[in-house]
Amino acid sequence: MSKPKVGVFGLAGCGGCQLEILNLEDELVDFISAVDIVHFTEAITEHSDTYEIALIEGSVSTKHDLERLEHIAKVAKIIIAMGACACTGGLNCLKNLYGTEKAKELVYGDKKDWIDAIDTKPIDAYVKVDYYARGCPPTRSEIVDIVKSLIMGKIPEIPDYPVCVECKRLGNTCLYDIGGTCMGPVARAGCNARCPSAGSGCEACRGPVDDPNMNAQKDLLERYGLTVEDIMEGFNLYNACKKIEQKNK
Amino acid sequence: MATNLNIEVSPVSRVEGHGDLVLDVKNKKIEKLQFRIPESPRFFEAMLVGRKYTEPSHITSRICGICSVAHTFASIRATEAAFGVKLNDQILKLRKLANHGEMVQSNCLHVYFLAAPDFLGVGSVVPLLNTHPEVVRIAVNMKKVANEMVRVVGGRAVHPISTIVGGFTKLPSIEGLLKLREMLIALYPDLKTSLEVLKSLDLPDFERATEYICITDDEDYALYSGELMSSDGWKISNQDYLTRINEKVVQHSTGKHCWASRDSYMVGALSRINNNYDKLSANAKQYAEELGLKPPCYNTFMINIAQFVEIVHSVDDSIRLIDELLESGLDESKAMAEVIPKAGRGVGIVEAPRGALIHDYTYDAEGKISKANLIIPTNMNYANVEKDLEALVPAIIDKTEDEIRLGCEMLIRAYDPCISCSTHFLNVTLVNK
Ligand code: SF4
Ligand code: SF4
Ligand code: SF4
Repeated sequence: MSKPKVGVFGLAGCGGCQLEILNLEDELVDFISAVDIVHFTEAITEHSDTYEIALIEGSVSTKHDLERLEHIAKVAKIIIAMGACACTGGLNCLKNLYGTEKAKELVYGDKKDWIDAIDTKPIDAYVKVDYYARGCPPTRSEIVDIVKSLIMGKIPEIPDYPVCVECKRLGNTCLYDIGGTCMGPVARAGCNARCPSAGSGCEACRGPVDDPNMNAQKDLLERYGLTVEDIMEGFNLYNACKKIEQKNK
Repeated sequence: MATNLNIEVSPVSRVEGHGDLVLDVKNKKIEKLQFRIPESPRFFEAMLVGRKYTEPSHITSRICGICSVAHTFASIRATEAAFGVKLNDQILKLRKLANHGEMVQSNCLHVYFLAAPDFLGVGSVVPLLNTHPEVVRIAVNMKKVANEMVRVVGGRAVHPISTIVGGFTKLPSIEGLLKLREMLIALYPDLKTSLEVLKSLDLPDFERATEYICITDDEDYALYSGELMSSDGWKISNQDYLTRINEKVVQHSTGKHCWASRDSYMVGALSRINNNYDKLSANAKQYAEELGLKPPCYNTFMINIAQFVEIVHSVDDSIRLIDELLESGLDESKAMAEVIPKAGRGVGIVEAPRGALIHDYTYDAEGKISKANLIIPTNMNYANVEKDLEALVPAIIDKTEDEIRLGCEMLIRAYDPCISCSTHFLNVTLVNK
C-alpha cells in the first residue's frame, strides 16, 4: 500500500489516544509524511471523506456516535480500534454499571430528555474491527507500528502474554512482594509494564490475555496463592462492559 | 458584504472534541447564535459514585487526555481535603512541576499546532511544515520537553500513573530531574524565536470586558492551588465555590453553562494573567511587555499570547523547582503522606490549562464516594464564548462570508475549548440566504 489515506476519528473518549499521535515527537514528521492524513478533527481543518484506514478512538455512547461509526465503516477498508474505549468500551462502561438512565438523571436532572445517551459499547459491537491498539492510552509506538505494518503489507504483532513478562524483564520488584496488588499476571502486555514500573498496580487497561487459564503468569499466581478468577474479579475499571455481558449470559 | 447569513460550522476543527457554531443573520441582525456541544456525554459524576478513594484520580484523568494532570490533581486534592491529609514540601513541589509540564504541553499544542495555522494563514500544522518548518520544529521540541516533564514526575506523558492520593507511588530519579533541567534550559533560544514570530502577528483587535475568574495565591502564580477569585472583586475558599459559581443545563449543549457575578465569565490563561500578573516570573513579565499584554486585557484573541507568556513562566518556575528539589535531595521515605479515609466533603480547585477546574466529592465512612460534582473550564467559558460572538459578529458584519466564518472560528479557537472535558467539537457551514 503506497501512502494510504488515513482518517483519525474520535467518538466518546478523552482525546488522549488522538493526542498520543500528536505526541509522536521526533517521529511525528515522519509519520505524517508516510501517510496521507485526510481527516483528523483534533488537529486539522481540511477533511475529506475518502480514506482507506480509519483510526477510531472512543466507544459508542450516543445514537450520533453510532451513525458516525456506521458511516466511517462504509468508507474505510481497514478499521483500527484505538484505545481501551474503542476496544472494550473502557472506562466509559462504568456508566452502564451505574445505569444509563439513572446517570442521565443524576447529571442533567429534569432536563435529561434533552440528552442523547445509550449504553456504552466497544466499536466491535457494531462494526468489524481489523486491528486493536489496546491500552488507555495505547503506547505511541504501537499505533505507529500497526499503521507501518499495514503499509508494508505485514500483519501487526499484538502480544498475547501477561504484563509480568515485561515487568520481570525490566527487573522491577514485584508489587506483591511489598504488600501491593497488581493484575499483571492476567493482563495483556504490550505497554512495557508501565504501571508496575511506576510503582502502581496494573489495572489491565489492555484487557486480559486471550486465554487467561492458559497464558497467565502461573508461577507468580502460585507463589502468592492467587487464582485467575481472583484477579479477574478486580477487572472493573477498564473492562466493565465485558463483565456486565458475562453476568447477563 | 453579508446582510443575511446562515453559518453552520460542524464540527469546528482543531479544538479538542466537537462543537458546532450556528449563526443566523437577517438584515444584519443576529437572529440566532449558538455554540452547540453535541459531544457524547460521558457521565463521570455517575461513574464515580461508589468508587473507593484510590480510584477517582485515575477515572477522572480520562475525562480529558490534554488536561489529565489537572484532573488528576483536582481529584486528589478534593480527596485529600475531605480526609484532611497533610502533605510535605517535596510532594507539593513535584506536583507543581507536573502541573507546569502539562501547562507547557497544552499551551504549546494550542499556540503552535492549533492556533498558529490561523495566524500564519494556513489550514493546519501539516502545510505549516512547508511554510514555516522552524515553527514546527520548535513546537515538536517543546512538546517533547513538556511530555518528558510529565513523564519523569508522573510516570506517563498522558494520564499520569504515580501521582496518587497522599503523594507518589514512586519518585523521579535525580538523573531524570537533571536531564529535565538541561532540556528546559535548552528551550530559551526557541522561546526567543517564538517571541519574534508572535510579535509579527496581527491579532484582531476585538475587546469585550467580562468577569475574569481563576485561583490566586500569595506566594505563587497560582496553578496547583489557591483561593478562587474574580476580577469583580470577590475571593472565596475552594470549599465555598457554590456560593458564587452557578450552573444550568441548556438545550443546545451537553456542556452546562455557568455564571457568577454577571451573565457570563471567562476562565483560563487570560483570566490568570489579568488577576495574577504580579506573580509571574520577571522573565515572563518581560515577554508579556514585549507582546503588548498588560492587565487588564479585554481582547479574547490575546488568550494565545497569554498562553505563550505562561509557557515562559512555567519554564522559569520549573527550573526553580528542580533546583530546590536537587538542593534538598529526594527522600523516598517522604514520598507518601499518611492517608486515613473518613466521611466528609472535599473540594479541589486546580488551574487546568483552560482554566479553573473544580472537583467536589462527598465520601462515606468507608472512603467511597457518595456524591461527586465536577465543573470543567470549557463549560465555564461556553456562555462567554456566545457573548463574545454576539459582540464580534456585528463588528465584522461588513466583511465577506468567509472572513466572518473564519473570524468566528478563530474566536472560538482562541478559547482553546476542550470539549472532551465537558462532555467533543466544532462544525461551521455558511450558507447565504
Ligand atoms: S482509551 Fe483512554 S486515552 Fe484513549 S480515549 Fe479512551 S480514555 Fe482516553
Ligand atoms: S504482578 Fe505486577 S508487579 Fe508483580 S511481576 Fe507481575 S506485573 Fe510486575
Ligand atoms: S501496566 Fe496494566 S494498566 Fe498499566 S498500561 Fe500496562 S496494561 Fe495498562
